[in-house]
Amino acid sequence: MRAWFKTGTPWIWLNAGAIALCLVMVIGVLSLIAVQGGSHFWPADLQTVQLKKAEGEPQTLLAELVRTEEVSAVVLRESGLTLDSKAEYLQRHLLKVGNRDIYGRDFAWYLADDLSGWTVDNNATVIERREWGNFYGFPQQLLEADKVVAEGAAVWPELVKRIARANAIFEQISDIEKGDIGRINKGLEQLRLNERRLEIDGADKAAIEAYRAQSAADRAALDAEYAELQKQLEQLYAEAKRDTLVATSAEGKELKISLGNIVHAHQPNAMSLLDKSVHYVGAVWSFLTEDPREANTEGGIFPAIFGTITMVILMSIIVTPFGVLAAIYLREYAKDGPLLRIIRISVYNLAGVPSIVYGVFGLGFFVYILGGNIDQLFYAESLPSPTFGTPGLFWASLTLALLTLPVVIVSTEEGLSRIPSTIRMGSLALGATKSETLWKVVVPLATPAMMTGLILSIARAAGEVAPLMLVGVVKLAPTLPVDGNFPFVHLDQKIMHLGFHVYDVGFQSPNVEASRPLLYATALVLVLLIVVLNMAAIHLRNKLREKYRSESD
Amino acid sequence: MSQQQMQMNDAELNLADEKIKLEVNDLRLYYGDSLALKNINLQIPEKRVTAFIGPSGCGKSTLLRCFNRMNDLVDICRIEGKILMDGQNIYDKNVDVAELRRQVGMVFQKPNPFPKTIYENVAYGLRLQGVKDRRVLDEVVETSLKGAALWNEVKDRLHDNAFGLSGGQQQRLVIARAIAIEPEVLLLDEPASALDPISTLKIEELIYELKDKYTIVIVTHNMQQAARVSDYTAFMYMGDLIEFDATNKMFTNPSQQQTEDYITGRFG
Repeated sequence: MRAWFKTGTPWIWLNAGAIALCLVMVIGVLSLIAVQGGSHFWPADLQTVQLKKAEGEPQTLLAELVRTEEVSAVVLRESGLTLDSKAEYLQRHLLKVGNRDIYGRDFAWYLADDLSGWTVDNNATVIERREWGNFYGFPQQLLEADKVVAEGAAVWPELVKRIARANAIFEQISDIEKGDIGRINKGLEQLRLNERRLEIDGADKAAIEAYRAQSAADRAALDAEYAELQKQLEQLYAEAKRDTLVATSAEGKELKISLGNIVHAHQPNAMSLLDKSVHYVGAVWSFLTEDPREANTEGGIFPAIFGTITMVILMSIIVTPFGVLAAIYLREYAKDGPLLRIIRISVYNLAGVPSIVYGVFGLGFFVYILGGNIDQLFYAESLPSPTFGTPGLFWASLTLALLTLPVVIVSTEEGLSRIPSTIRMGSLALGATKSETLWKVVVPLATPAMMTGLILSIARAAGEVAPLMLVGVVKLAPTLPVDGNFPFVHLDQKIMHLGFHVYDVGFQSPNVEASRPLLYATALVLVLLIVVLNMAAIHLRNKLREKYRSESD
Repeated sequence: MSQQQMQMNDAELNLADEKIKLEVNDLRLYYGDSLALKNINLQIPEKRVTAFIGPSGCGKSTLLRCFNRMNDLVDICRIEGKILMDGQNIYDKNVDVAELRRQVGMVFQKPNPFPKTIYENVAYGLRLQGVKDRRVLDEVVETSLKGAALWNEVKDRLHDNAFGLSGGQQQRLVIARAIAIEPEVLLLDEPASALDPISTLKIEELIYELKDKYTIVIVTHNMQQAARVSDYTAFMYMGDLIEFDATNKMFTNPSQQQTEDYITGRFG
């Protein structure tokens, strides 16, 4: 036994075991969120099932079976249910029954014993609506302005066609609302601000009047354009709502659904595997590219993806030069001494400060003091509504840059200290000054190390949530921080963020069951996004390494 | 040449026929409180090869680094005395160190090419001086590489990374880099000690060719090398200059017992 210990074999096993454990945990986490998040988009079959009721006729349900679990009978009795069965444990099913407008809730638990007669009807249809969540039922008639255009089996193909038409109209509407109307509003706001600016600057009444008269024409033009667009919009809305679907729910209740309210419809029971795969890809795509609906429990997460990327890029742009310059000063120019040691220890310790503290600092200093002063100086005309004196994209990026600054400084310093002194000597001996040596030889050689710092800080920043809640991330941002209106990147805007979205969907959602798969899916997207950002940075670093390959590596 | 060396074989070193390039006067160098070079007095003749020999830690490299003020980079290093180059004290306050280093090139023990292409390595010094003209650069790179006897080996891959070269080629590249800016003095700090015998031979041949144009000072551990390449040899021991004489005389009939002991391998 002793001999075995002396061979060192136990160490190898211990090390290998540690690695294996790490791998198992990483793979476990990833596969959990991948399976839970990914399966959400697969079109599940709709089951027709009879629910036994205490009194009266059994009720027919049309529902997706979400999951099944065993519960102790005691717990159920304590919660006030009267149970016939004597069994100690009972099975219960979570069904997604949809039709929130009819039942008041779209998820419900039922005891397995109360459910019977499971069947699958090919005509069962899932209709995703803009409001009230999914509708599960059977299409009966299609109306065009109260006239029946299709009935019975003819409804489905016609419905698919007309939903596509309505969606195309909705796209137009959204283009107008976000593009043209946004531009007009901005123009009008600008006119108001210009006028206010004149007042603040103490221009005399005549000048203000003159400006008013001058801008009146512009304003009238914009107003006219707006009225025109408004008319166009009304028309489009009317067009979109032209058709109405008449459908019955499982228990036979008739419901009229305007096609303007339908996002998508499919008949999962009738779909082949290929159809389902196509639907799956489409669902994933729309999850990635669409705006959220219904308090983030439906729809996509595109604004959150976009916000996260914009913020991380902005953070990188801020943190890299600062970190690199600070590290170069610390390593190359600062005189060794107690002061330098204190600074260095402080920098290292900054990396350990809890991130929420940065959030508090960002809010207190950046937003209120810095932002408040910027508003006073440059945006006085729009006060009291703040421009930079309120949490926003720039402050979020700046706070994260501060948070990740130590990482960049430490790795750049490491990189600089690894450059062999012979290379510096070689340059100095050729008559280069210290700064020439630094910028022409040493810093280029240290770029891979700087990239390493940046990679680490991107990974940290993209996953950070706590400070962002204080400095600029919101549950729902009406517009993206980058658009076609000057100055194109709106640093003062609030953004959505994947990490915060996960938190929001997980803790603040009004509909727990509906948001659960979205939680996993969003987490998966966040992980993948960080992986992609890191891969890009690592690729860049490897290229640099290849370029500056030296014996020191 | 032979006539000259015949004269050197006389008892006292006579440098009257030589033009003196570097003159060291009462040089003392301290590392912190310890005296590393004790009152060195030395004259290095122009366009000759002068070798510094001595056991490890005797201060020969330190002395070499005084000539281009590389010791300035060591914070705790302090220098007293003078080194005159063409009669001008290089430790004067108004001497531009970068300018001095342009005139006094240096090659280190370990090849230290920059992580750039072969071409850019050689052009580095010129680019520092602001030369941008492509034709001038091309020409200087070619003549320097030829001067360092490397041209034929690298002319087809000038734009490859310099780290792709062998150790001996790298060392010759570093020499090419040094002579590209046309220094007056070339300091070689054990230039062949990290190289294989064939590369060493090439470096030695190169030194022999370069001495027509440059004043060369070489530090070496290898006694045979000093004997082969140098015209004058200085033997140092424990921070003292023990003996300085023409190489032939030094290796055949040294005037100091210590020198003889060292050369014959009795210590060191």
